[in-house]
Amino acid sequence: MNQWTNFTKGFIKENPVLVLLLGMCPTLGVTTSAINGIGMGLATTFVLIMSNVIISLIKNFIPSSVRIPAFIVVIASFVTVVDLSMKAYIPDLHAQLGLFIPLIVVNCIVLGRAEAFASKNNVFSSFIDGLSMGLGFTFALGLLGSIREILGGGAIFNQKFIPAEMDGILVFVLAPGAFIALGYLIALVNSFKKK
Amino acid sequence: MAKKKNSLFNMTSTLLIISAIAAFALAGVYSLTKGPIEQSEKKKIETAIKEVIPAFETLVQGKVKCADSDDSLTVYYGLKGTDTTGVAVESFTKNGFSGLITIMVGFLPDGTINNTKVLTHAETPGLGTKMMEDKFKNQFMQKNPTSFKLVVKKDGGDVDAITASTITSRAFCDAVDRAYNSIWKGGQE
Repeated sequence: MNQWTNFTKGFIKENPVLVLLLGMCPTLGVTTSAINGIGMGLATTFVLIMSNVIISLIKNFIPSSVRIPAFIVVIASFVTVVDLSMKAYIPDLHAQLGLFIPLIVVNCIVLGRAEAFASKNNVFSSFIDGLSMGLGFTFALGLLGSIREILGGGAIFNQKFIPAEMDGILVFVLAPGAFIALGYLIALVNSFKKK
Repeated sequence: MAKKKNSLFNMTSTLLIISAIAAFALAGVYSLTKGPIEQSEKKKIETAIKEVIPAFETLVQGKVKCADSDDSLTVYYGLKGTDTTGVAVESFTKNGFSGLITIMVGFLPDGTINNTKVLTHAETPGLGTKMMEDKFKNQFMQKNPTSFKLVVKKDGGDVDAITASTITSRAFCDAVDRAYNSIWKGGQE
């Protein structure tokens, strides 16, 4: 497979959030601000790359009936690594993302890529696939987070650009705003893809 | 994909080996990050204490029984020589909009609130997080709960609630109130 197409597919063509609609729980849950979305995206990217590489390495040693539990053990280990390292070195972001970091384990993107890609392809392709999917996820979450932060809080990357006494459109900070913004974003990507 | 047969031995041994490797790797990461995690938490507490009570020389840690339940709160007494400059209470509330909020509340020796600092929370960014901004926070400073009712105005108190975040404002008051009652009305351990 052409590695460049393999790499670029995660951004628009097979974007995990906007096209495949995987991993909706963290997408809707943490994208209240751009920083949160990007932080969550990068944590997931790390887990995706590492689990893809390891699973691709050990795929021939795993009997097919126990592959799912084996994959989950690998994924859960990397999630715990991310959780502990973030707690140790970036405690502020960790406090913001809170419960959603351990929940990367059950993010269907990670298991989905392990099952659909890493268990059938070589290590390098799997690495590129993890990177592509992870960055695509980060891109979608960062975009959604920025939109919600701009509309909902009148700020971007915590820098407020409207007067301090004013509020943004509050609904965008709350859960319904996540659905509205995501819906429009998906519609936009679909119309873009059709052309 | 897999070239190995699905025999009972193969399946159990593979899972056993993978789990064992994962366990060892995680134990390694845990021991590596244990120090930094403890340090960053300790530092967070220390900065919060320094922020909420006046300058002190030594810090004495203690526990008081929580005023309205069986839990106990950690308190820190700031001492300068033999005088107490202030008391910092690590208080909490379960009434937050999304889960637990812990707040460090600093009191002067006469019970006046000196300052407050939110330690952990999961409130909505842009709404509930305004409890950490000066506009809301400063109204508690230099107020004594004997004359300042720690309830939002909507419920008949003296606290200006954050617009569109009444639940968070109530929770904040609840935590400060719990700190005050535990220290000045509850028994010490």
